[in-house]
This record gives sequence, structure tokens and C-alpha cells, in this order.
Amino acid sequence: MVRRHIISLLMENEAGALSRVAGLFSARAYNIESLTVAPTEDATLSRMTIVTVGSEEVIEQITKQLNKLVDVIKVMDLTEGSHIERELMLVKVKAVGAGREEMKRTADIFRGRIIDVTDATYTIELTGTGSKLDAFLEAIDPVFIIETVRTGASGIGRGERSLKA
Amino acid sequence: MEVTGAEIVVRCLAEEGVEFVFGYPGGAVLNIYDAIFKQDKFKHVLVRHEQAAVHAADAYARATGRVGVALVTSGPGVTNAVTGIATAYMDSIPIVVISGQVPTPAIGLDAFQEVDAVGITRPCVKHNFLVKDVKDLAATFKKAFHIAASGRPGPVLIDVPKDVTAHLTEFVYPATVEMRSYNPVVKGHSGQLKRAVQMLLEAKRPMIYAGGGVVLGDAAPQLTELTRLLGFPCTNTLMGLGGYPATDRQNLGMLGMHGTYEANMAMQHCDVLLAVGARFDDRVIGNPAHFAREQRRIIHIDVDPSSISKRVKVDVPIVGDVKNVLDDLLALLKQSKEKNDAAALNAWWTQIELWRSKDCLKYNRNGSIIKPQYVVEKLWEVTKGDAYVTSDVGQHQMWAAQYYKFDKPRRWINSGGLGTMGVGLPYAMGVQLAFPDAQVACITGESSIQMCIQELSTCKQYRIPVKVITLNNRYMGMVRQWQEFFYGSRYAESYMESLPDFVKLAEAYGHVGMRIDKPEDVEAALKEAFSPALKERLVFMDFQTDQTENVFPMVEGGKGLSEMILAEEL
Ligand SMILES: Cc1cc2nc3c(=O)[nH]c(=O)nc-3n(C[C@H](O)[C@H](O)[C@H](O)COP(=O)(O)OP(=O)(O)OC[C@H]3O[C@@H](n4cnc5c(N)ncnc54)[C@H](O)[C@@H]3O)c2cc1C
Ligand SMILES: Cc1ncc(C[n+]2csc(CCOP(=O)(O)OP(=O)(O)O)c2C)c(N)n1
Ligand SMILES: [Mg+2]
Repeated sequence: MVRRHIISLLMENEAGALSRVAGLFSARAYNIESLTVAPTEDATLSRMTIVTVGSEEVIEQITKQLNKLVDVIKVMDLTEGSHIERELMLVKVKAVGAGREEMKRTADIFRGRIIDVTDATYTIELTGTGSKLDAFLEAIDPVFIIETVRTGASGIGRGERSLKA
Repeated sequence: MEVTGAEIVVRCLAEEGVEFVFGYPGGAVLNIYDAIFKQDKFKHVLVRHEQAAVHAADAYARATGRVGVALVTSGPGVTNAVTGIATAYMDSIPIVVISGQVPTPAIGLDAFQEVDAVGITRPCVKHNFLVKDVKDLAATFKKAFHIAASGRPGPVLIDVPKDVTAHLTEFVYPATVEMRSYNPVVKGHSGQLKRAVQMLLEAKRPMIYAGGGVVLGDAAPQLTELTRLLGFPCTNTLMGLGGYPATDRQNLGMLGMHGTYEANMAMQHCDVLLAVGARFDDRVIGNPAHFAREQRRIIHIDVDPSSISKRVKVDVPIVGDVKNVLDDLLALLKQSKEKNDAAALNAWWTQIELWRSKDCLKYNRNGSIIKPQYVVEKLWEVTKGDAYVTSDVGQHQMWAAQYYKFDKPRRWINSGGLGTMGVGLPYAMGVQLAFPDAQVACITGESSIQMCIQELSTCKQYRIPVKVITLNNRYMGMVRQWQEFFYGSRYAESYMESLPDFVKLAEAYGHVGMRIDKPEDVEAALKEAFSPALKERLVFMDFQTDQTENVFPMVEGGKGLSEMILAEEL
């Protein structure tokens, strides 16, 4: 069954490490929905979250192939257990006339924050799961959207579940 | 005392006990060449093309089990090396390739002879490094050799900018490597080992399918002992030939696209399959859906978890080094009081002998044209089955695999995964340098040999007395065979026009050339080539073989293993 998976991994924070992962996905024709990466509290380590879709067999190969990369320390499929997923989105929208108040209300409903204001625009910051961010974008009239920027998902296991070097 | 980066490169190679560096100089590696000039720990072999440097290093590794080393300059030096690196990668061969790079301040500026070596090679190396600081050089070499040789072996590239080779630092070679991100599994999981033993003992129609991992992991003795202890049939992949003695009765020969009838039938119809260091390649199991039609339980031993359940789902995965795992299995089997059902095993062998009696490798011996198979058979006789045989890619490669019976591992040196035409001669060079007294034969085709023919010059310079056995059918025979079968005999661009006179060509390079036209001359010619009189000479033998001979049996692409085309059916 083809499903969406969130794969977390820890790797050496070295030049070229990201391109090894990206290259692996493109060379083997695996899907990447999003990929985020940044150093951890230990600056020698990078933590990466990859959102991908695939059948069980494909996901098994993806995790095995990722583990095989010499720079990769640990790989975990977060979707195999309970986990939390968050993504940050910044949306710049037209906010004029009656629409201005309406936009603020919608942002409030989604617990968004307006972080920049001009006479004609709002920039709204929103965090949540990918589907919550999608829902927000669907809730507002597309003609008002000036630009959106999304970070891609970051994920972490719940409770004791953790990914440590 | 501080030394230059170039000096460090040379000292690292000496620390690793490197015997030969196969290479070709250029601007970015001149400092390294200067350091090589001043040392006497290893020998540098100057090839005529960087591709051959990597192939020769690769063959050295295949034949000896030690890491092969090649050295190339930046830019075109690296791009020429890529085919060699990819060839080694596909067959999991441990080599270290050192490439020069433009000076660090020039990187990214489209400098003269700059290519992104690390980027170009990334998909076909096990790992690669760009060394930007001379202080990291020694530790990088230590890691590179460790990574190349351990776990599933493979090529590692070290890209060294020219300024780094001039910078100074102390030389300290690390005694050990610690990498938190790289720790290949060595021992098999004990629970899985027990399940495997149980399954093996329950088998009524067992089969052992052994691949290149047995050769790479030096586990031929263990595989042989296990196979004999159990009394099971054993087949080898193209890469696994010699992992179990080919002349033994329990060996069914090679399996796969051009495997024997008995091996493919037994593979298809077994009830328990023990796969050892083999990766269920598409040339081996044919159509996976057809393969899956028959019920069988599969035990799969491999050091690389990603080889397991990649193309075929298995029941008992055992991740670990094949030698350790087989040792553990042997110990458990010897302890066990259970035995296989003897009657069932007997019945299975009776069936196998029936398949074997088809004699699927028979060919017409009564013509006036030399049959390529005959040349290989005679080569086997003349060399008493004890030669190192390298090959190129094509029909001749398959005939070499089918008719030269390899009883020992690391004797059969060929490109299986990438199928790189041109490897044969540089492979023979690497092997002969490693074993100066051994008989080394390169079985090739008139098309393949032309892809690295310039190495005849290297052979002259270093007095490398390999015997080149060209099965000259004036065709890219393997391509012609496919065109005959699948393209209505439209032989598009597969005829080799304007061939050189190979005898004169060999002589021009300072070697001995022979042309053999008749079957009755084959044996004498081979005997002469391998005689003491020509022991020190490279002999280039041009056998004029049957132009239309085909390789059988054959499993067409997309077909199942048991759907072979046999010679007699045409
Ligand atoms: C023209 C042509 C025709 C071909 N026809 C055939 C054919 O008919 N039959 C055939 O078999 N092949 C054929 N091949 C070759 C084929 O393409 C593959 O290269 C080959 O089958 C792979 O062999 P293998 O499965 O033994 O794997 P290899 O490529 O040798 O891989 C070795 C496996 O062992 C594992 N391994 C390595 N070291 C260890 C260790 N120490 N411990 C445990 N595991 C280890 C590796 O992880 C890997 O999975 C043909 C090639 C060409 C060019
Ligand atoms: C570098 C490269 N190019 C193309 C091929 C495709 N190919 C496979 S076999 C073959 C023909 C080989 O001809 P020859 O060396 O004469 O051997 P024969 O099959 O006639 O024995 C070709 C072109 C290849 N394997 N490698
Ligand atoms: Mg030919």
C-alpha cells in the first residue's frame, strides 16, 4: 500500500552530506515530498526530516539505502510509531477593505499570527501539520495570496521514542 | 618534522602496504608524482589511459583480495576514470582512487581541468572525500582504505587539491578508525541462524545459490564444507564462479540468463533456497513474478541489508559477513541430531541428474570452423584448469564462464554488473602483476579488445606476459545474437568492419601474434603460447571463430528461469 512516510535521520554535518541523500533519492527514482535539514544541539550532527510516499517495499529500500550511506548515523521511520509533525508556513496575503478583517479572522481560527502588516498586506505565520497548512490555504480565496513559503515537515517521536547518535 | 601533502599521500600508501599504484600524471598531481619519484615502497605502473588504471587496480583487488589503488589527474583524468570506478562499484570491488584537483582557491571558478570529481563520482562510489586541509589527509586515507575493504566492499575516491599536496604538516598515520556512522554488521543474528538451520534440515528439494559475496568474503572453504556436509546441489552466479569447485558433482554450474538447464530448473523448483552473497539480479532469476510462482522458502545471507528483499522477498534474512555466518551455520548443523529426509534428497538428485542429462552445453564439434566453446575447453585443458582468466564482455564472456571450470575463487575476473567492454586486457595486467608466475589468460572478442588495446604498450613496458585469446567472430556477437532473436536478423551496426591485422598489431607493440583458423590447430597454438619458450612474452592469439554461433541456454528478458531456449530447439 502506498502511504506517506516521515523519515528522520541523523548524519555527520559535513559538506556534501545533503547531496548524498538528495542524489540517492533522484538516482533511485524515489519520491521526495519535502526535505528539511539543520544542525542539532551537537554541531557535528545534522538532523534531517524527509517526507516521502511509497509502498512498504519501497520504504524498506529507502531506509536501507539511507542507512548504507557512510555519513548516516541513524534512520527512523517516524510514521511507524506515534510522533509529532510540524511545518512552518509564511503567507503574504492581500488585506484590503472588507477582506482585511476576514483574513484576520481566518488566521485566528487557524491560530496563525500576523507578523508583518502594511496598508495592503498581512504576512501570516502558521505552524502545524502539513494538512493543517493545506487547510488554511484552502480556506482563503486564492486571489488574495501573494506568496507562500513552507519549510517542509519536521518530525519527532512522542514520549520515549528518540533518535540519538 | 613537517612534510608536504604529497609526501603524506605516498607515506599513507606505504602504510597500507600498497604494492602497485596504477596511474597517469597531469598538472594537479605533479607534486604527488614528485614524491613517488623519491620513494621505493611501491611500484607505479604507467598505463596508457586512466580507464585502464582503474580496471587494473580493480583486477588486482579481485585477484588478491587487497585494496587496489589508482592515481589520476584532475578534469579529464577523473572523467576517464569514471567507467573504471562504476565497473568496480557494480561488482563491489575494494579500490581507492586518488584524483588530483585544482587548488582550493580555484575550486568553483571553472579553472583549467576542473571537474566536480566528488559530484561526478557520487552515484558510483561507496564513498568519496574532498580533502581541503592537509591536516585531514592521513586520517582520510585511513578511512578510505577501511571503507573500501570492509562491509560490502566498494570504490572510494579521494580528491586532493593541488595546494593541499604542497602544504606542510606532521605525518601521523592513525592506528585505527572509529566512525560512529559506519559500522558494518559482521555476525549473523543467532535467532535467524537457528531458523535457517531448521529450514535447511526440513528441506526436501534444497538448493544453494552462491554469488560474488562468497568470493569477496573469502568464504569458499566454508561454502564447500557446508554444501558437502548437507549434500545439497550448489549453483554459482557469474560473479560467484570458483566459490564452489566447478568440477565437483554437487555443482550444477552457473545459473541465470545463460545458466545451465539443471541449475535453472533446480532454482525454479527447489523448496528451500539458501542464497549466499548473491543479490537476485535480473540476469539471474529472470522474471521475478514467474520465479515467485513456485512456493519456496528463502534464506538470504548478505552483509548489505539493502541486498535483502530488494527484488525477491525472503523468509530468513541473515545480515552478516558470509564467512562468519557460514561458520556459525556449520557449527549449528554439526551439533544438530536431525538429518535431512534422505529419501526426499535422493529423489531430488534423481530429478537433477535427469535435467543434467540434457547436456545443455553440448555443441557441434565436427565442423571445419573453430567453435568458440572449443577454444575455451582447450584452454582449460592446456592450463590444467589453474589459470587466472579475465574476460571482456559479450558472447566470449559467457563461453568462458560456461566452459572454463573454475575450481578456485578469485580466478575468474570479469565485469558482471556493469558489463564493461574493454576490461579484459587491463584486468589481465592487474592480475599478472599481482602473480608474476601465474598463467593469465584474457578471453576477449575482436570488438571488446579494441576498447583498451592501447594497454599492449603498458604490457610491453612492464613485461607483462599475459595471453590474449581473441574469439574473433567479426561481430559484436552478443548484440548480433539479440538482433537475430529479437530483431528479425537485422544486424544494425553489429558487424565489425575494417579489423586490424591483430598479428601485425601485436608485433608492432613488440609482442608475439598468432592467427589460428582451423580447429585442429587450436590445441597446439595454445600449448605453444603457454610453453616455457613464450613464458616471458605476451602472446596475442587471434582465433577465427564461427561467426554465427550463439550462446545457449538462454532465458529471454521477461521470461521465467524454466523457460530457457536450448541449442537443440533451434
Ligand atoms: C553479458 C552478460 C550476461 C550475464 N549473464 C549472467 C548469467 O547468465 N548468470 C549470472 O549469474 N550472471 C550474469 N551476468 C552478471 C549479472 O549481471 C550480475 O553481475 C551477477 O549475476 C551478480 O552476481 P551476484 O548476485 O553474485 O552479486 P555480486 O554483484 O557479486 O554481489 C555480491 C553480493 O554479496 C554481498 N557481499 C559482498 N561481500 C560480502 C560478504 N563478505 N559477506 C556477505 N555478503 C557479501 C554484496 O552485498 C552483494 O549483495 C551477466 C552479465 C553480462 C555482462
Ligand atoms: C562499453 C560498452 N559498450 C557497449 C556494450 C554493449 N555490448 C555488450 S556485448 C557487445 C559486443 C561485444 O562484442 P565482442 O567483444 O566482439 O564479443 P562477442 O560478443 O562477439 O564475443 C556490446 C557492444 C558494452 N557492454 N560495453
Ligand atoms: Mg565478436
